[in-house]
Amino acid sequence: MGARSGFLAAVLAAFVISGLFTGHPEAAWPLAQLDDYLLNILILAGINVVLATSLNIVNGHTGQFSLGHAGFMAVGAYGSAALTQINGKACLAALSFLGPCAQGGLFVCALLFGAALAALAGLAVGLPSLRLRGDYLAIVTLGFGEIIRVVFQNTEAVGGARGLTGIPPQTTLGWTWAVAALCIYCVSALVNSTYGRGFLAVRDDEIAAEAMGINPTRYKVTAFVVGAFFAGLAGALYAHLIGYISPEGFTFLKSVDVVVMVILGGMGSTVGVAFAAVGLTVLNELLRQAEQYRMVAFSLLLIVLMITRPQGLLGGMGRFFSRKGGNP
Amino acid sequence: MNEFLQQLINGLSLGAVYALIALGYTMVYGVLRFINFAHGDVFMVGAFAGMYFGRWLKPHLVGWPEWLFAGLILLLVMVACAALGGLVERLAYKPLREKPRLTVLITAIGVSLLLEYTGQLIFGAAPRGFPSLLTSAPIAGLGGLHVSNIQMIVLGVTAALLMCLHYIVMRTRMGLAMRALSLNPTAASLMGVNNSVVISFTFGLGSALAGAGAVFYASLYQAIDPFMGVLPGMKAFVAAVLGGIGSLPGAMVGGLILGVIETLVVGYSQVLGVPPGYRDAVAFVILILILLFKPSGLFGKTLKEKV
Repeated sequence: MGARSGFLAAVLAAFVISGLFTGHPEAAWPLAQLDDYLLNILILAGINVVLATSLNIVNGHTGQFSLGHAGFMAVGAYGSAALTQINGKACLAALSFLGPCAQGGLFVCALLFGAALAALAGLAVGLPSLRLRGDYLAIVTLGFGEIIRVVFQNTEAVGGARGLTGIPPQTTLGWTWAVAALCIYCVSALVNSTYGRGFLAVRDDEIAAEAMGINPTRYKVTAFVVGAFFAGLAGALYAHLIGYISPEGFTFLKSVDVVVMVILGGMGSTVGVAFAAVGLTVLNELLRQAEQYRMVAFSLLLIVLMITRPQGLLGGMGRFFSRKGGNP
Repeated sequence: MNEFLQQLINGLSLGAVYALIALGYTMVYGVLRFINFAHGDVFMVGAFAGMYFGRWLKPHLVGWPEWLFAGLILLLVMVACAALGGLVERLAYKPLREKPRLTVLITAIGVSLLLEYTGQLIFGAAPRGFPSLLTSAPIAGLGGLHVSNIQMIVLGVTAALLMCLHYIVMRTRMGLAMRALSLNPTAASLMGVNNSVVISFTFGLGSALAGAGAVFYASLYQAIDPFMGVLPGMKAFVAAVLGGIGSLPGAMVGGLILGVIETLVVGYSQVLGVPPGYRDAVAFVILILILLFKPSGLFGKTLKEKV
């Protein structure tokens, strides 16, 4: 099964399964109805898969260390909410020619709009900062993430520090996992393409890559923009799941959450990172009772992991899934 | 004019704290070439140590003059922070000496989170009051300026600490070893420098300065919480980059400049048209501008990368 047909199958499966399990009582196939809590966790897991695999293309495959993923997520969330909530009525009227599909059409437009804005932000952040490397890049991306957050916090039009309420809750299980499948497909197709070898070359040795005629900055910016695009999608999905967004939800700690997923899953291993994202989402819910110990445990895990197994818990696992046996 | 002088003094006393933290970043960068993300959290622990020392010792040392008591607390906090910094280095960073820098960076983020959340577990998430070690009193006879004695003491003691640091780095054998190590680790160890000891000492020295900064910061603002180190830590890092990372005078000057700019931007927010809410973004904008236009900072040397 080729990657493309695998991807199509995954998207189809996402919609069919979500139709089967979340079907409204009056739907055609009410096979089983999940309760809202479980459903929310499954959707959140999907959003986290998108966040983690998209950060992985920057932090894992290209070997850059970004700590500003929450900033791009915020841009996507606010950008999409600008269409559905702030200008919701006008946009809905503009799409009225779609008839009964107007609501869904607007949702798709909002997702794409938020993601495109995030990609633009990624470009704006990436162009100046990707000339830096290592720890400098980490701090600059962190700084940009904080600036994005401070801007939203001080913009009254999007609710300022109070946040934005009343975003229509349109994110469903199907949409989320379809986007997750799209993200995984895009990232692995990109990295496994001829062009994508450039990312790995930049990661392995920037100077050698440059000597071979690869323009490192271009590859880094590409990775950054793709990563930001999907982070924006994830943010948009998140906004339309919770129905409420505030700058406080997109702090540095949110970025760290995603970084932890990428590191646990193994930087550069798409499969490992996706599994880690699902696993950590579930673990977070299970540990809700022990909230104050959770981050202590995670940070300890991070330190011990770096000392004993820097490739991540699931790192190298991708080899079992990849046909070529090469780098997943 | 009066208002400007006022902002300048406020900015300088804030900048002194940034300078003290920035020195720790810059020294560690000098010997290990990595950014110690956990430095801001050592600062936080210093503030809490100051609070507990102040509370425990107050009843036992009733007869002591106030300045001696405050000095003792400052010294104890510096020792405690030095111990913590040395411990972190020994446990978390030393096993990674030969590993890629990214691994060390992630570990540093882990240490930072560990200190923050352990702090939250132990001290609670709510802000706590810092005991006033010295009675705050305005200094009279300065025209319309409101300058407290604490602000002046912060500036004075910071200057004294910087003098001590200068002496240690430039006039002692350990300082010589530190400078040798930052120049070339291999050559230094061939010349008989015990790199491990010097690195631990550097961490201890930087952490002690952060501890002093914490006592000053807490005395100036009087509220402390487990996440108080995050922003000052990052701003101090910006100060270190502004001055040229690896350069001690650069860290001092960078800290003072950053403190003054930040205070001025907030103080003149209406004139500049920047809402005061952007206070925390100022440092990052400066960082990005510096890295774009003069990545080596004010006092730093440009290094060519060797293949």
